[in-house]
Amino acid sequence: MHLTLLSIDWLLLIEKCVLILIIISVSLVIAMYETWAERKVAAFMQDRRGPNRAGFGGLLQPMADGLKLFMKEEIIPTSSSKFLFVLGPGMAMLTAMMTSAVIPWSSHFHLFGRDVSMQIADVNIGILYIFGVVSMGVYGIMIGGWASNNKFSLLAAIRGASQIISYELAMGLAIIALLMITGTLSLGKMVEQQQEHGLYNFVVQPLGFLIFLVCAFAECNRTPFDLSEAENELNFGYHQEYSSMKLGFYLFAEYINMFISSALMASLYFGGFDIPFVNDAAFGAHFGQNPLAILQVVSLFGKIVLFIFFFMWVRWTIPRFRYDQLMNLGWKVLIPLALFNMLATGFIVLLKAHGWHF
Amino acid sequence: MQPLTSRSKAVERKPMTMWEKMYLPAIAKGMSITFGHMFKKKPTVNYPEKTRPFSPVFRGLHVLNRDEQGRERCTACGLCAVACPAEAITMEAAERLPGEENQYREEKYAAKYEINMLRCIFCGLCEEACPKDAIYLSETFAPANYTRKGFIYGKEELLIPNPVTQPEEYAKAKGL
Ligand code: SF4
Ligand code: SF4
Repeated sequence: MHLTLLSIDWLLLIEKCVLILIIISVSLVIAMYETWAERKVAAFMQDRRGPNRAGFGGLLQPMADGLKLFMKEEIIPTSSSKFLFVLGPGMAMLTAMMTSAVIPWSSHFHLFGRDVSMQIADVNIGILYIFGVVSMGVYGIMIGGWASNNKFSLLAAIRGASQIISYELAMGLAIIALLMITGTLSLGKMVEQQQEHGLYNFVVQPLGFLIFLVCAFAECNRTPFDLSEAENELNFGYHQEYSSMKLGFYLFAEYINMFISSALMASLYFGGFDIPFVNDAAFGAHFGQNPLAILQVVSLFGKIVLFIFFFMWVRWTIPRFRYDQLMNLGWKVLIPLALFNMLATGFIVLLKAHGWHF
Repeated sequence: MQPLTSRSKAVERKPMTMWEKMYLPAIAKGMSITFGHMFKKKPTVNYPEKTRPFSPVFRGLHVLNRDEQGRERCTACGLCAVACPAEAITMEAAERLPGEENQYREEKYAAKYEINMLRCIFCGLCEEACPKDAIYLSETFAPANYTRKGFIYGKEELLIPNPVTQPEEYAKAKGL
């Protein structure tokens, strides 16, 4: 008993805990400022100014909003199922946060004589883990909509669930094509491979990336696929009965999802923490590991910010799909395309394995 | 049916072509448009700090004028109240007593002069009716108050500051 206890690497435990703490707070802060950025981007695209009263350039606006949400009265409808009603937003938040565990934020720091990895869990089935957690995200919506005991919420929840399930298929198929090329399920390895080849995966898999991108929009319930929040048809969607910070949790979860899927897309298709146009290994050897790791974090976050901007840009450009259009796009366009992409990739991989060269 | 305007256009119900069905070209076009808008000049006026320039005939809240010696010009003739289509003006007249010549220009003056800003339609007819140049419509236009009573402006709110005793306030009220 004693021996097994002692054999735990306590330092590793501490290191991971600190990392988890940092990543969770960073995602929260980023989600907060995404709400600010979203309004600013929306405003600028519509020739407006956006929030500019609270703090410089409205930078304190998210704090004010958070405070407001906390101060609001919390209403739990009497006809709702209380336990599930409270569980819903928690679930949404939890699944949104959990995905960040397998994303490699940087190579590693060299601190206190140890190599501190910047990935919470380098599991060798990283992608599968992400898919598992992301599919759980639908429960947040489903439970919330169901527990509210409101027809509109329920309709929205069902819409959301069927949408996420449909698009997950295409997303999975797009990823399979990528896996054929990389031959690994670990995100860390994928990033390393892209770093070594100096060739990002989106060059190799443009169609796969496009499909993944569209599906990511659908998974995050973002416009043009925000059918579960279609306010003109469903009042407000699955969180209609929610108030106060529970509503805040749902809205927050959406923004965290956006952040994480941006990070995921950056890692899978855009080289993750690789610094573009720089040979990272040589840079590290020249300037030391820690500056390199910091720059890598910066580069990853740069990519993430670009993706987030893209998300918002799309949101303020494209109107919402109709529900039948959404399903047609998912089942009749994206899935066949993804299948084709998979077959074509498999074909080429096989040819290469048999000694063909291009 | 005959088209009523020259701009009417028949609705097209052709099935979408392959190019249109791909969505992406149209999306790219739309996105380039929205991106272009990011750098456009914003027409918004940052209101409390900046105001839109008004035309000289702008009709805002009223002021009761004084003459150069700081005497109230209004003689309580009631022409403005008669002219007012909204019946927003009430007044009570009083006779000027000896020794008040430095306060009131005419022998009769308005002891009470009220404009109900909730009734007023800011037509400016009172300004036109006044034979004594006593009432003017200013460029202030955003009254705000907690009660309905607060919108009934009396002489304290309407009278312009005295140019003799309070020259700075007077200049400010005049917008100089
Ligand atoms: S502006 Fe018109 S409505 Fe207002 S008090 Fe003068 S006359 Fe009456
Ligand atoms: S403001 Fe002019 S019109 Fe009205 S009562 Fe006074 S003097 Fe007469």
